[in-house]
Amino acid sequence: MEALLGRCVASWYPGATGVTGAIRLSGGASQETWSFDIVHPKGNVGAILRRAPQGYGAAPARAAGLNAEAILMQRAHGAGVPSPRVLHVLQPQDQLGTGFIMERVEGETIPRKILRDDKFARARPMLARQLGKVLAAIHGLDLTQLPELRRMTAAKEIAELERDYRSFEWPRPVFELALRWLRDRDPGPSEQVTLVHGDFRHGNLVIGPDGVRAVLDWELAHTGDPMEDLGWICVNSWRFGEIDKPVGGFGSREELFAGYEAAGRRVDADRVKFWEVMGTLRWGVMCCGMMQRFRSGPDHSLERAMIGRRSSETEIDLLRLLAPRA
Amino acid sequence: MQDEPTPEELIKAVADFLRNDIAPEISGHNAFKLRVSINALDLVTRQLRLEQGSDAAEAARLSRLLGRQGPLGELNRVLAERIAKGEVDLQTPGLSEHLWQTTLAKLAVDQPNYAAYKRELGSNGS
Repeated sequence: MEALLGRCVASWYPGATGVTGAIRLSGGASQETWSFDIVHPKGNVGAILRRAPQGYGAAPARAAGLNAEAILMQRAHGAGVPSPRVLHVLQPQDQLGTGFIMERVEGETIPRKILRDDKFARARPMLARQLGKVLAAIHGLDLTQLPELRRMTAAKEIAELERDYRSFEWPRPVFELALRWLRDRDPGPSEQVTLVHGDFRHGNLVIGPDGVRAVLDWELAHTGDPMEDLGWICVNSWRFGEIDKPVGGFGSREELFAGYEAAGRRVDADRVKFWEVMGTLRWGVMCCGMMQRFRSGPDHSLERAMIGRRSSETEIDLLRLLAPRA
Repeated sequence: MQDEPTPEELIKAVADFLRNDIAPEISGHNAFKLRVSINALDLVTRQLRLEQGSDAAEAARLSRLLGRQGPLGELNRVLAERIAKGEVDLQTPGLSEHLWQTTLAKLAVDQPNYAAYKRELGSNGS
């Protein structure tokens, strides 16, 4: 891997003599993330490779595709969204599959550390407002400059969640109640249609002691109702125990909204609430999907099995949203 | 009838051994996977202790709510269908309480440390 990467990097990075310390970070069979250092006489440069290896051409139906991700990150970076600079989009002669290489942004993505460590004590009170501003910048990107993306609506999202849920053939009355609630309250197509990041939450946000440093993982980007991103980051599953701070366990909706509106965009709080319910159900359905993959997949991962047992967390969250007790 | 110790006692003994004697010796990704494994064993222990009682209570509530008897899976399927069709909703007497009790019983097994669960237990004194 280092030999291939070294040859690739030498072809576009002037002065680079190779790479060192390549380690695989995560990912499934169809997508990999690698971290490595570009060796350069003026000092090594941290880099990340995101790629689909050769033979894994087809991305999951929801995924924007790695080439689209690379363009999105370039556009976001250009518009001042904290985002790693894309250094190179893989070419066939690189023999590394499809994907791209970007700068490695130093910082923390582990929620427990971001929410508890002293190191982030000064950043925490600022984060919700900062993230509102970042979302406003993402939603302000010119759609005509972006790659072709899926157009999503609340109705399509409900239909996809319902289809996935029914495919599990495991009746869940609380999920039924949530599906019904969503269908009854679908606010219809949004007046504003913008780029939606699609997975704006802990894990995909690099945080430093100074605040948010980078937005990662544009895999689920699409176009649609911008309030979806604001609702998703308020889902209780991303509060990691700090349930009274709806934005990622570190801030309030008011701070998030204020940061968003200060950047010149408008918040529709009812739609945000609608997408929070949708997001809670979505994570619940995803947990059930993990259980299915544990059963039917080749790797038999205990982690997946245990994530399956977290779908009940989203059921109590849904009840707290839809049927709060007096 | 099988002999003792019970499955619950055996699994708890294995989990305690892994937690107290093995976990301190392991590092890196395997330490994470060991922690997940111990969590899984603890979950099984809680399920073995609680499942019979909570299933019986759930079945009794479902029978009252639906006006019929049957295996728990079947009753849940019928309730899910009725909610989907809009035949029962949160205005239906007993539905909200049933969903709450059922969900709390799941959390007691799956994630008794989940903050929203602890909050609900605290606020209702149960």
